[in-house]
Amino acid sequence: MQQIKVACIFQSMDNYGNTMTKSIFLPLTILLLIISGCAAKQESVYSQLGGQSKIDEIVDNFVSEIEFDETILRYFEGSNIDRFKEKLSEQICKRTGGPCEYTGDSMEAVHTGMNITEGDFNRTVDLLINAMDKADVPHRLQNQILKVLAPTRDEMLYL
Amino acid sequence: MNRKIKLTVQLIYLCVILVTPNRLLAADGKLIGTAGLMQVEGSGGGGIVPWATISGYDSRDQISVSAVATQVDVDDYRLNMLGASLSLYDRLELSIAHQRFDLKTLGGDIKQNIFGVKYRVFGDVVFSDLPQLSVGLQHKRLEDKAIATALGADSSSNGTDFYIAATKVHLGAIGGFNAVWNLTARATRANEMGLLGFGGPENDDYEIMLEASAGILFSRHLAVGAEYRQKPDNLGLGEDDWVDYFVSYIPSKDLNITLAWAKLGTIAGAADQSGLYLSINGQLR
Ligand code: HEM
Repeated sequence: MQQIKVACIFQSMDNYGNTMTKSIFLPLTILLLIISGCAAKQESVYSQLGGQSKIDEIVDNFVSEIEFDETILRYFEGSNIDRFKEKLSEQICKRTGGPCEYTGDSMEAVHTGMNITEGDFNRTVDLLINAMDKADVPHRLQNQILKVLAPTRDEMLYL
Repeated sequence: MNRKIKLTVQLIYLCVILVTPNRLLAADGKLIGTAGLMQVEGSGGGGIVPWATISGYDSRDQISVSAVATQVDVDDYRLNMLGASLSLYDRLELSIAHQRFDLKTLGGDIKQNIFGVKYRVFGDVVFSDLPQLSVGLQHKRLEDKAIATALGADSSSNGTDFYIAATKVHLGAIGGFNAVWNLTARATRANEMGLLGFGGPENDDYEIMLEASAGILFSRHLAVGAEYRQKPDNLGLGEDDWVDYFVSYIPSKDLNITLAWAKLGTIAGAADQSGLYLSINGQLR
């Protein structure tokens, strides 16, 4: 269904590109396309992932990625890794629509004082992507997970 | 030195730089595939449209340097472009581009240099709710103005385009794939980007042109999309809007190879100019 929409836009660009000059038709089509794509509804990312065991696998992989990354590891000096794993796992479960309660501290409270830079945030996202790759999470589900985690960025950058 | 040789040498030089180990120092503070390319006038963008993105993978704490070589080979013309840009803290982009427009059927060429500045006003293309928004300018200096003035463009041979661009990546938006869109409004007097001068008998004033791009990232290494660029017709030669369909291969944060089919319409009286667009973008630092 969504693939069809994509095909439509290419078709319309072809027809209008050269003939319909001075038109805002195309930008509008693009916007509509994006909005309709965003509105697509489906079962929770949590169940598409295959539930808690996959999330735990991602979190385990993520922690080993961090262990091998000097830049990010610095932030975790003196942290309780078992607690981190448990809380992060809950956090991902909840945000992907799973049946969990988050029992940790607020994102703001946890990360304040770390002065996380934008570069290091994005680097951490790269590590998470590696972790998901190693857990064989399909590309499209990876994007869904990044999407639900993305809003936390404002609660931790440069604090 | 013969121009072709010169271009080849520069291309080889670019490739050598790209594979040397100093790329380990390269800025990598953005998600792969979200830095975009450098468009035909040297600004960070798609292929023909300047985007709100600042070229290179620098984040707010980094600087980056990028280089590009592009060729657009249509029926009667060929555009060769070399460019470089410096990006500061994902905030400011300074770019320089040299264009050589070969007149394949008539013989000869037209050369132009473009100096660009872009400033990110707000937003993060991936992570903010609002799109990333930037303003920029492209100052164009035509080296060979004989053809432009013969066609009726004004005699100054310099022009400056001003633009405002909004760009957004939507994570998982289309069937789970990341999607990117861009809208740009450009105030310009340029004919065929400036290669045929500025202003003309039909219109001599700045006009606002709309440009748009849309793409889908099918993986972290492959993007496919299309672009549209509205153009003025100051010379009364039936100058057409441009369209392209592109495929971008992004093997790493240091390299982007883009292949496109460009439909440039009528250029200086020659109709239906279409052909291949090939661009190699590299991040040097
Ligand atoms: C997608 C973004 C992120 C999410 C969802 C996230 C989530 C979490 C969670 C749930 C915890 C545990 C909270 C608790 O113990 O109550 C935590 C702790 C922590 N996070 Fe993050 N985090 C993110 C990004 C980052 C980044 C970018 C860094 C650093 C570069 C970072 C560094 C830390 C550290 C060092 C701790 C341990 C704090 C302690 O030991 O008390 N996090 N994070």
